[in-house]
Amino acid sequence: MERTTLDLWVGAFVVAGIAALMVLALKVGNLSTYNMSETYQLQAYFTNVGGLKPTASVRSAGVLVGRVTEIMLDTERYEARVTMSVDKRYQFPRDTFANIQTAGLLGENYIGLSPGGDSEMLKNGEAFKKTQPAMILEDLIAKFIYNTSEKSK
Amino acid sequence: MPIVRSLRVIGKRAVNGVWRLGNATRFFMLTLLYSGISFRRFQLVIKEMFYSGVMSLIIIIVAGMFVGMVLGLQGYETLKRYGSESALGTLVALSLVRELGPVLAALLFASRAGSAMTAEIGLMKATEQIAAMDMMAVNPISRLIAPRFWASVISMPLLAALFTVTGVFGGYVVGVVVIGVDEGSFWSQMQSAVDFQHDVMNGVIKSFVFGVAVTVIALYEGFDAPPTAEGVSGATTRTVVQSSLAILLLDFILTAFMFRGD
Repeated sequence: MERTTLDLWVGAFVVAGIAALMVLALKVGNLSTYNMSETYQLQAYFTNVGGLKPTASVRSAGVLVGRVTEIMLDTERYEARVTMSVDKRYQFPRDTFANIQTAGLLGENYIGLSPGGDSEMLKNGEAFKKTQPAMILEDLIAKFIYNTSEKSK
Repeated sequence: MPIVRSLRVIGKRAVNGVWRLGNATRFFMLTLLYSGISFRRFQLVIKEMFYSGVMSLIIIIVAGMFVGMVLGLQGYETLKRYGSESALGTLVALSLVRELGPVLAALLFASRAGSAMTAEIGLMKATEQIAAMDMMAVNPISRLIAPRFWASVISMPLLAALFTVTGVFGGYVVGVVVIGVDEGSFWSQMQSAVDFQHDVMNGVIKSFVFGVAVTVIALYEGFDAPPTAEGVSGATTRTVVQSSLAILLLDFILTAFMFRGD
């Protein structure tokens, strides 16, 4: 089959287009942060998850260690069960505190892990014992107003 | 009775519109049915990809660059008021990946390549080349229409991806290089906000749908054009108008399906 310069141009165009898709996936998108080596599943129960969403980050000391995979309402306890996949390289003691925190005053919710001092580590599928629900700004303001009006009486 | 007459005109327009829509659907089905030859003789598709895809590259890249630069400038001016200039990367990338990339690339493609396809097919019909093909027992749909259809459907997502990437680069040039937003936060905030499946893949699906819509409209208008000079010029105009409207309408529908409720 004869090769023409037209084929060369079309080939270059297709290569450029696919390269653009790769740039979108790796440089612009977050595909590069997804392929964390190996992960294990941990669970946490919260009385209120606030604005937490699946794919929200899980951080310890500010370092990204995993992502939230699923948020369900557990109808036996009527609490939110949050499942997260955490990088296998990072192990956490059994008495680790799981808090729902906010990036900045109005930013995204994420899960912050503050490790305790237990010598045993959490294993795949286990749940955090100590959790703290999301801070709801409206509740805080309501409490503050209630308290100040009580004091003024 | 002027009321009856105007009612009659409206009714005729409506019936005519539905009739053309049905005809275009049948034309689309025939194109899919007779596209076997485009894959057996892929050279036909490659030739059309050169004319519709490669020749649109310059306008796509230049337009993408300028759109990204404007987004960087305007986004910076607005975000500066809230002290969150570091979110500039997120703003530029999300608006380009989700909306502006697929939509503007498709609009440019409709006016650059769609109008050319309509004029070409319409002129072939006016000079009775299509009738001559029929006489020689060559199916004009499988020989002329299907290769152009597949060439455009393959080219459209690639062009949209190139538009988006040059747009992000344009935003980077204005935001980071010229204005001086922090480079690390520009890229890292962008990466944490743009999701591959949710944003990038939905953008690709959008541009694919737009590619199908633009090409079917362009080819049908050309194939259906009255075989006169005015007929071809009217068909070319209708291609640009209808495919632009179709892109914007489809964009609204697809966005409502893809990005609702989160």
